[in-house]
Amino acid sequence: MQIHDIPAEKPWSGIVLKGQTIRIIDAYGQQAIDTIFYNAHDHTERYSAQDTMREQGAAYITKGTRVMSNDGRVMLTITVDLSGRHDTCAGCCSCESNTVRFGEGTRHLHACRENFILELSRHGMAKRDIVPNINFFMNVPISPNGAMTIDDGISAPGDHVEMVAEMDVLCVISNCPQINNPCNGFDPTPIRVEISD
Amino acid sequence: MMPHTPRPAEAIAADRARYEDHQRKGLAFTPKSPPTPSPIPAPAMVDVLREQAIPGGWYSTFALQPGQTLRLQAHALGSSVSLAAWASPDHSERLNLPDTVKVQWTTELRKGRVLFSDMGRVMLSITEDSSGGHDVLTGGSGPDGAGTPVQRNTRDNMILAAAKLGLGRRDLPMLMTFFAPVRVDAAGRFFWNATLLSGTDWVELRAEMPLVLALSNTRHPLDPTFGEVPPVTLTLQGARAVAADDLCRTATAEAIRGFQNNARG
Repeated sequence: MQIHDIPAEKPWSGIVLKGQTIRIIDAYGQQAIDTIFYNAHDHTERYSAQDTMREQGAAYITKGTRVMSNDGRVMLTITVDLSGRHDTCAGCCSCESNTVRFGEGTRHLHACRENFILELSRHGMAKRDIVPNINFFMNVPISPNGAMTIDDGISAPGDHVEMVAEMDVLCVISNCPQINNPCNGFDPTPIRVEISD
Repeated sequence: MMPHTPRPAEAIAADRARYEDHQRKGLAFTPKSPPTPSPIPAPAMVDVLREQAIPGGWYSTFALQPGQTLRLQAHALGSSVSLAAWASPDHSERLNLPDTVKVQWTTELRKGRVLFSDMGRVMLSITEDSSGGHDVLTGGSGPDGAGTPVQRNTRDNMILAAAKLGLGRRDLPMLMTFFAPVRVDAAGRFFWNATLLSGTDWVELRAEMPLVLALSNTRHPLDPTFGEVPPVTLTLQGARAVAADDLCRTATAEAIRGFQNNARG
């Protein structure tokens, strides 16, 4: 089994082969883990939040969710979910959106998009390849009247999700550094990723 | 697991207090003048630069300059218009719906709301809207989704439209779909709130920066109607001055900060 410890606020990427299981562990609880998947052999096929939501007819990611690509193919299936509900509507934080949300004074705080750009650059990709991601362990309820808000995380220390890969995928993670809202309990923490056969 | 030293409790408390203040103001969105739905039928448009019908199942592209307005006019139930938008000339700046709904605290985009790019700038303002029945969550139809008898679908249309702008599928963002009243119930499941649509609804989008748009007229996969997809008419109006108290530019603190980013360039 591979074990990858990812420091607080840092990015990571790795390959999960078809049939392998990836476990993402929220080691200290209430830590948003921004995650995008790409077909390992053709990066133009990548995670699609809208295809994933439409295919399952529901807005949240949970056990049983089939993680879909922009080609409408299943990339991974979520088989274990100790937390219960994850977001895929709210995207990743960026320096630029932080200025809109929290004011110009937050422009120079580290953000997930900075992580994604740097990590994707290692794989020949760029800003245009950052698609709306899954936010594991991020709690973003949507009301029937459309209102949405980022609430306190509901994950406890050690909570994890497990996914079985249905194709060879490149997994790219930003361990979210946001301290302007409750998605990380205002205290970003280290996480762990395990990949097993 | 890696060790972790928590941030000081005072720093956490200060950040939480600041967030809760933003949250309170954002969720209590009260625009200066209530965004009542635009009347049906739409008034005649003056200073028309281009008018184009998109047949059911087809697509089109438009280039917009700041201040120009694009009207989307439905003629019958069964049409939904999916939109992708890119900045000109840097197409890596593009419509970002996650940021759009997150910063405005709502998935219900309607008259008075604005559409953000990934760079924290406003691309389009929703200046008129008769229905408020639009979808930001589920996109359009996929390869085996709803289409016309020849199985045209939103995904393929968007790849084709993007190609004609010199763009590829790496460039396709999440789509906003007009005349598609998708809502989320208390359990998180989607439903089609048909009561919001009249069949002859219309929307106007004002460009807030130089843009290129891709638009696809297809049946939304959650739309229970069947038969031929009706055409929609797109009309582009010349640029007009924007009033200082314009609803979209002043409705929320987030919109004001977005337009400040536009002004910074």
